[in-house]
Amino acid sequence: MSAPLLQLEGVRKSFGDTEVLRGLDLTVREGQVVVLIGASGSGKSTLLRCVNLLEVVDDGRITLEGEDVTDPRVDADAVRARMGVVFQAYNLFPHLTVLENTTLAPVRVHKVPKAEARERAMAMLERVGLAEKASARPDDLSGGQQQRVAIARALVNQPRLMLLDEVTSALDPELVGEVLDLLRELKDEGMTMVLNTHEIGFARQVADTVCFLHGGVVHEEGPPEQVLGDPREERTRRFLSRVHA
Amino acid sequence: MSANGAGVAGEDWVPSELERERRAYRRGRAVRSAGISAASTLVLVGVVVALVVTSPGWPRVRETFLDPDKAVEAFPAVVEGLWLNIRVMLVCGVVIALLGLTLAVMRTVRGPVAFPLRLFATAYVDLFRGLPLLLVIFVLGFGAPALRLSGLPSSALFWGACALVLSYSAYVAEVFRAGIESVHPSQRAAARSLGLSYGQTMRHVVLPQAVRRVVPPLMNDLVSLQKDSGLIAVLGVIDAIRAAQIETATDFNFTPYVVAGALFVCLTIPMARFTDHVARRQGFHGAGGML
Repeated sequence: MSAPLLQLEGVRKSFGDTEVLRGLDLTVREGQVVVLIGASGSGKSTLLRCVNLLEVVDDGRITLEGEDVTDPRVDADAVRARMGVVFQAYNLFPHLTVLENTTLAPVRVHKVPKAEARERAMAMLERVGLAEKASARPDDLSGGQQQRVAIARALVNQPRLMLLDEVTSALDPELVGEVLDLLRELKDEGMTMVLNTHEIGFARQVADTVCFLHGGVVHEEGPPEQVLGDPREERTRRFLSRVHA
Repeated sequence: MSANGAGVAGEDWVPSELERERRAYRRGRAVRSAGISAASTLVLVGVVVALVVTSPGWPRVRETFLDPDKAVEAFPAVVEGLWLNIRVMLVCGVVIALLGLTLAVMRTVRGPVAFPLRLFATAYVDLFRGLPLLLVIFVLGFGAPALRLSGLPSSALFWGACALVLSYSAYVAEVFRAGIESVHPSQRAAARSLGLSYGQTMRHVVLPQAVRRVVPPLMNDLVSLQKDSGLIAVLGVIDAIRAAQIETATDFNFTPYVVAGALFVCLTIPMARFTDHVARRQGFHGAGGML
């Protein structure tokens, strides 16, 4: 078993009076794909935002590659530069072309020379099947294409970890497939990923571990065939029956 | 709090040792930054004051610009003038907002029948945004009363205020138009799909969102108007600046101008804070919140 890449210990986060995470523990190992499931408001997105330091945790510790990233002395930008995030609503920059979206961080953050960044971005766009759209604006693309650009934008920085927040929720059913295929390929290449999704079928296919979030903690955790197929916990069973209904 | 009873009850939670240490560190940083900012401010102000006070001409400048006795003497007249500025600003502010909004709506009306409206609004904005305010004040202030139109006042104050309204409405109309055009077309589509007419869509869906969005730049124009209300002094109206000028004319002591300037700033600062407050309440968090 490889060393943990990401570790959450007793993470707490409230928004006003609403306690979203209540001492959550989670370990993600190198190359592992962890899928978070749970009802709306169960803290799946908050968890990802905390890991990316978009939210400051109220308590607990988050460790990335052995480094405590919740330490206020840590440079949050440097930590974020090691992760790739894909958002539900794509969040592409509408004023930049597809290629410019993809080269922004390599050039500005990672100080890659422009020509090389362009080359790498084009290779990545090729990979997600959108090389011919390099000079288009995000608004001219379909949702599925935009989401694939967003994934390319994150991947081009060679992240150690990918965080994917409901990446197919805003897509038409026929566009979901192209994004899921891409994620499946990433998994086969050994990318470590934490994602939350409502696509139980997809979770079953890609997950090494499925975590059911409830009450601000990981209520049940295990391999997909067990958690999704034969859950031990009553709460998990009830959630799954509602989702499948 | 969720009613399902799972997880640990929130009331029992006390911050861990780690969290307490982190909070102490953040507090320490906050205190340190406050200290640094206070020290750097003091040093900067000290250097500027020292530079000014030790300059060779300082005694003479202090005498002509910062004479306390003269300030006290001029204060009542300047304040009385300032009251006029405030009234001009309030009245003009309301008229400008209404006229500006009307012009903006006229410019965005669609359809061939409305072409003259669009043409008029566009021409108006082009004209009055292009003309220097001072010029408009001179032309209206000296020209309009000379027409001796019956039923209209001939006072310089009235025509000066008119000039302010005409000029500022053109700017404000453009601010409103930017707001109207920033409302996403899907909002219009949703409103029309419910059966609302063009007018109803504007009135109940587009304008409420547009106006809210442009409040900060509008407040900016209001602050600007407050200062430009001083320009009608050129017509002989006795506002704060004109009053200061009269006081100055007796002995060439410029302290009254400084008094007027200080009073204008005192008016503007609360307005600026109010603008910030309005903007914050709408969810603008400076440079995008914590990020």
